[in-house]
Amino acid sequence: MTQLSAGEIRIALIGAAAVAAAAMLPVFDQGFYLTLSLNIVLFAALCTAWTLFSGPTHYISLATAAFFGLGTYSVALGIDVLPFPVLVAAGGAVAALLAGLVGAATLRISGVYFVIFTLGLAELIRQIVSWTQVKLGASMGLYVFTDFSEAHIYWMMLALTVAVFATGWLITRSRLGFALQIIGNDEQVARHCGIDTARLKIVLFMISGAFIGMAGAILAPRYSYVEPPAAFSPTVSFLVVIMALLGGTRRLWGPLVGVVPFTIVMEFVSARFPNDTPIVIGLAFLAIVFVLPDGVLGRLEQLRARLRRSRPASPAAVAAKEPA
Amino acid sequence: MTAPALSIVGARKSFGGLVAVNDVSFEVEKGELFGLIGPNGSGKTTMLNLISGALEPDAGEIRLSGEPISGLPAHQIARRGVARTFQLVRVLPSMDAERNVMAGVVFGGRRLWGAEARDFARELLALVGLRGREQVPVAAMTYIDQKRVELARALGADPQVLLLDEWLAGLNPSELAIGIELIETLSRQGRTIVMVEHVMDAIRTLCGRCVVMSSGRKIKDGSVADVLSDPDVVQAYLGDDDDA
Repeated sequence: MTQLSAGEIRIALIGAAAVAAAAMLPVFDQGFYLTLSLNIVLFAALCTAWTLFSGPTHYISLATAAFFGLGTYSVALGIDVLPFPVLVAAGGAVAALLAGLVGAATLRISGVYFVIFTLGLAELIRQIVSWTQVKLGASMGLYVFTDFSEAHIYWMMLALTVAVFATGWLITRSRLGFALQIIGNDEQVARHCGIDTARLKIVLFMISGAFIGMAGAILAPRYSYVEPPAAFSPTVSFLVVIMALLGGTRRLWGPLVGVVPFTIVMEFVSARFPNDTPIVIGLAFLAIVFVLPDGVLGRLEQLRARLRRSRPASPAAVAAKEPA
Repeated sequence: MTAPALSIVGARKSFGGLVAVNDVSFEVEKGELFGLIGPNGSGKTTMLNLISGALEPDAGEIRLSGEPISGLPAHQIARRGVARTFQLVRVLPSMDAERNVMAGVVFGGRRLWGAEARDFARELLALVGLRGREQVPVAAMTYIDQKRVELARALGADPQVLLLDEWLAGLNPSELAIGIELIETLSRQGRTIVMVEHVMDAIRTLCGRCVVMSSGRKIKDGSVADVLSDPDVVQAYLGDDDDA
């Protein structure tokens, strides 16, 4: 558990090569493909961070928009006062704090109530931010002026995605990861083994929330004008769930399998049929839940297991069919 | 004088109108193999749940080596040195035998990690008779082997008190002999064990003292020979139970 296996080293090398290639992209294109890639990297970070918590615990969080918006607003509020990296860290910290409070209040209740609570929370925070802005300022939004180009934002988001993956990988190798695996098997046994299951879930929710907050902070300069309906958009929460479930949440890189094709397809759909995009999202959600409840990866693993089971019988079957 | 390994003072637990454990007291000395017997529904498993923290007593106190533990959450009681098995075997189905045992080793008393944890887990698997089967997925194991894994997991916590909830139930006669011998080995190593059991032969063979519960109350305690010949105990078993 302390040494790297050959497989892990191979995955790390493939990952490093993929990140290096992705980092080169802005050199070749600064237009459509960069925008598309930024979206892919953004949702890769969000969905993987979401899965850090929801994968092992099976709690569906719809609070993504709340964490994301808090990150965006940390930048929007502080951009004239503090350096950008500090604001990104602050965005992560504020989101983690909120996740800690929500976790302490709700993670003892069952899954369904948690879903409703997180959805309501994101909405509540959006309303509070709107109300405060209207009361204190003249307008609804805030201006975010920076020197960052889209390529800069892309690189920062890519770095964040790498950080999310590295964290996830470190967790799987740690006591925390082992504890999560035990909880996923049998929570009561986990408690009787000495695992503080409630605290563990809160810690994990905070880690996940922090990354989502940082993603929101990094993306803030992309919109020179930030307002609550965009920063706290519930669509973000739902898209993250859809893409993560599409890929599969049992493995760290599972969501990635969903993010890449989904983001590309959505890009075309929203360009071609801008008014019907929510319908497409809704239909995709239904299709995924019904057809691929364990995601593409889960489906592939099932198929592989079935293939392996039928293999011992197959040579005989082939021999029987061969002409004499 | 040192405090007993486990002392129960006036423990009580009710579910709605039903009093599952009613003012039960007993003490278990260090190194003792102690029996907790009684007809079905007499409150034995509830008693174990109170000790291990799965349930919180309504009244009374439970002390581990003199320290009160009642009211603590289950994971804290586990860390202080109470390990248990379950009436219906509960292994971690997605893992192999070694990882199952490591669950107890990593988060229990010694809190080992890495190679040390694995070595201790293997040692325990050998102790329960599963040497060489460390990498077998528990889902593919037989019932008695799953019970062995569960027992090794409980031992992995290096507990001060080991609670066995009908660990011998459901075993066939030859497995039963193996099981009894295994518990005897553990006892000889000086472990403190409380076993809830229906298999009377096992209680007679293994335990020095026991408590008999009936309808949530303690009706008798003392040496096994005295208790099992007591008319009230015989009455409790023959009168209410079809299992004895």
